[in-house]
Amino acid sequence: MSLRSVRRKTVNVVMLSLTGLCALFTVSALFFILGYLVYYGGKSLNWAFFVNLPAPVGESGGGMANAIVGSGKLLLLASLLGVPIGLLGGVYLAEFGGRTFSFVVRYTTDLLNGVPSIVMGIFAYTIIVIPMKHFSTFAGGMALGVIMIPIAVRTTEESLRSVPRMLREGALALGTSKWKTVATVVMPAAMRGIVTGIMLTLARVAGETAPLLFTAFSNHFWSSGWNRPTDTLPVMIYTYALGPYEDWHRQAWAAGLVLLALVLVANIGARLVVSRGISFRRA
Amino acid sequence: MAMKTSEESRPTERAAGAATPWPADIKMRAADLDFYYGGKQALHSIALQVPTGRITALIGPSGCGKTTFLRILNRMYETVPQAHPDGEVLLDGEDIFALDVVNLRRRVGMVFQKPNPFPKSIFDNIAYGLRINGMAGKGSLSEAVEKSLKRAALWDEVKDQLHKSAYALSGGQQQRLCIARALAVEPEVLLLDEPCSALDPIATAKIEELLFNLKDICTMVIVTHNMQQAARTADYTGFFLMGRLIEFNKTAIIFKTPARKETEDYITGRFG
Repeated sequence: MSLRSVRRKTVNVVMLSLTGLCALFTVSALFFILGYLVYYGGKSLNWAFFVNLPAPVGESGGGMANAIVGSGKLLLLASLLGVPIGLLGGVYLAEFGGRTFSFVVRYTTDLLNGVPSIVMGIFAYTIIVIPMKHFSTFAGGMALGVIMIPIAVRTTEESLRSVPRMLREGALALGTSKWKTVATVVMPAAMRGIVTGIMLTLARVAGETAPLLFTAFSNHFWSSGWNRPTDTLPVMIYTYALGPYEDWHRQAWAAGLVLLALVLVANIGARLVVSRGISFRRA
Repeated sequence: MAMKTSEESRPTERAAGAATPWPADIKMRAADLDFYYGGKQALHSIALQVPTGRITALIGPSGCGKTTFLRILNRMYETVPQAHPDGEVLLDGEDIFALDVVNLRRRVGMVFQKPNPFPKSIFDNIAYGLRINGMAGKGSLSEAVEKSLKRAALWDEVKDQLHKSAYALSGGQQQRLCIARALAVEPEVLLLDEPCSALDPIATAKIEELLFNLKDICTMVIVTHNMQQAARTADYTGFFLMGRLIEFNKTAIIFKTPARKETEDYITGRFG
């Protein structure tokens, strides 16, 4: 073997091992976190966790029912704001936008995506909490909703752009108007990507803690309606993990596990629903 | 096909002025038609008449403008930014540029180079155009789907799997599905942009046979790279070269006794 081919083969082996190691690291990080959560969280997970309110320090049998419901309510509010705006904004950018305006919107969206979530929190605090003079579920939902918008817009746009042009032309050639083509052919064809994107944004905001400290705050009792502060899983994790009590730490682990499980279930559920359709990618 | 003697008079020689009533044997007519992609001129004063109920083939080397011309006939060029025509194209005497584009495309259907079924079931692919155009009567939808599939010679192969994905079909079947989809809205003209270029000879033969049988229900314009295909299927043939229509005549004349040297060179394989 010539020197050159030895060198080539060595570089090949080194690079292959390096990429493989990095891939392995990614996977193991996820499984490490998952294993840790299941190990510590699973132990303290019981029925009471899902149905009881937090117990006073020293008493056992407390749960986080209010925080689970609170997180659910916040995600619902956030989706009500973020999903329609993100979806329609993405449709506009991909299908109807001109050059200049689209460029501005796209650029702004990317900048918005880079705004730290704690800044979003202060923003929501300033324009919603201060005028209303109290923390509220509503303010938290709005903060999370705004955080959802940029990713929802860009993933929707990318998914729509990946639909082959010939599908659009096929519909247009039948005498279908532009918006009907988008609504009845392009959107369904891109639905898998769009839903994946929206689930990603949901998963991201489900774990956001910083903006909630200013907005939804915390409330160790049932929060009725949308106008009062509420507990949420991430804020409970934050509070309990920092607390001095062993029982709190275990509950924080359990809350982490529940949060992750909720996101996973929503994700898998959404994918199951969209995968029943016919994808153009199978062609 | 019963050839009537009146058809013997060539459409190209018929002087159809604006004042005279629109002749029934002409479906579409382009006159003095230029076309530009931005600043680049792609077509130069094309004048061509598409005879009613006949197959007209457009041949020529790549980039000669035949597909560009085809995409003007249903204004599909409008999907390309800054593309614009200059000239006149009439459909039954009506200016197509003045028509509502959605109406025009319903009357002038199109089949594309690569089969492009929607990611839906076979049934929904055909029903799509009917539903969009509000042509879906209560019980008649499945009848209309059946009729279109039969016209596209696909019914026998798919009648038991109408609710399967259109992508489960072979390439040739998919292209016939696309033809059926276009036929479902009962277009007056069907434009075919190299419909067989992605297909094998057997699938191609099926499509050619089916086109022949469609002459009773619509006028067809087919762009093809394949000269044998033009010779086999078309009643009239136009030869494009570098954005100009060099010659247009009956297919037999174009292939046996072309008037222009360029045409002869192309069809005898001296270039292209």
